[in-house]
Amino acid sequence: MSVMKRLSGIVQAKANKALDKAENPADMLDLSYEKQAENLQKVRRALADVATAKKRLELQAAELQGQATKLQDQAKQALAQGQEDLARQALTRRAGLADQLTELGTQHQQVEAQQQQLETTATRLSTQIEAFRTKKETLKASYTASKAQASIGEAVSGISESMTDAGMTLERAQDKISQMQARAGAIDELIDTGALPDALGGGKDDIQAQLDATSQSGQVDSELAALKAQLGTAPAAGGALPSAPDGAPGTTTADPTGPAAGGS
Amino acid sequence: MIVRILGQGRFDVPGADMPAVEQLDAQLTDALDRDDEGAFDSALADLVGLVRHAGVLLPADDLQTSGLVVPHPGSSLSEVRDLLAEES
Repeated sequence: MSVMKRLSGIVQAKANKALDKAENPADMLDLSYEKQAENLQKVRRALADVATAKKRLELQAAELQGQATKLQDQAKQALAQGQEDLARQALTRRAGLADQLTELGTQHQQVEAQQQQLETTATRLSTQIEAFRTKKETLKASYTASKAQASIGEAVSGISESMTDAGMTLERAQDKISQMQARAGAIDELIDTGALPDALGGGKDDIQAQLDATSQSGQVDSELAALKAQLGTAPAAGGALPSAPDGAPGTTTADPTGPAAGGS
Repeated sequence: MIVRILGQGRFDVPGADMPAVEQLDAQLTDALDRDDEGAFDSALADLVGLVRHAGVLLPADDLQTSGLVVPHPGSSLSEVRDLLAEES
């Protein structure tokens, strides 16, 4: 059987199941009305969730974009200092961010599609509820006339099908929202644990630390050489080179004379 | 024929356009069977486009039931497969 026929069967089955609880046509009308109103509330809540998810994606994208720009600047600075490896490291991280940004862009589009579908559903549902409220009272009033029973049946089937559609649309939207929330949570976690490059604040910015260290290293190297000479130890092989990577932060921190370097 | 697009409402599609709808439905079904995501996505997009353009959107307070149902626009093959799994 074709996809459209199978789906139709599923929708009808769900619609019938939703109405199984009702004992008589008048109950069905009330039940349908209540379900519709309930669905509309759920759709409105989902719309609020979608708006939150969208905002969160936008904030994350802005954050990652800021990081990408920073890494680009760091790469330039590293190259200017002749530290090609460090520049490469910054650009590699930036490439990782670019992938995340593309991913966030795709998700943003999906969120907007969900938002559009939910808005359509909300509009249709509220029009439907308004129309149905009047209709159900008319139908109930004429319920005693046996010929009205057929039209009640039709009205109920129609409304139940629409409710089922709204329910399925809502469910799909909720699935998408939770997928997005999970992904957004994962990205936040990556940012927090520093698995994503240096995100958030300068605390974990090792590239910046190396850049700063290098810009100071000329001065530090000469101070070190002077101190070592005072202590009678031989200067390190690379100590005389003003911008040599050997003057790495590790060397300065391991040295008990660290405070002198920090004072520069 | 009244065709429902999930999340979009019901469309009254003229009989003259139904063969084209059925053909796209067959393509969609075939793509699902072959697990061909590309063919599935394009058949679904074409189907949604055709029903929207050939059909007339029924007002929300019209309570006629539909005879055929199109998946949510933009649904993936696996999403539709999951939906269809509810049949049993």
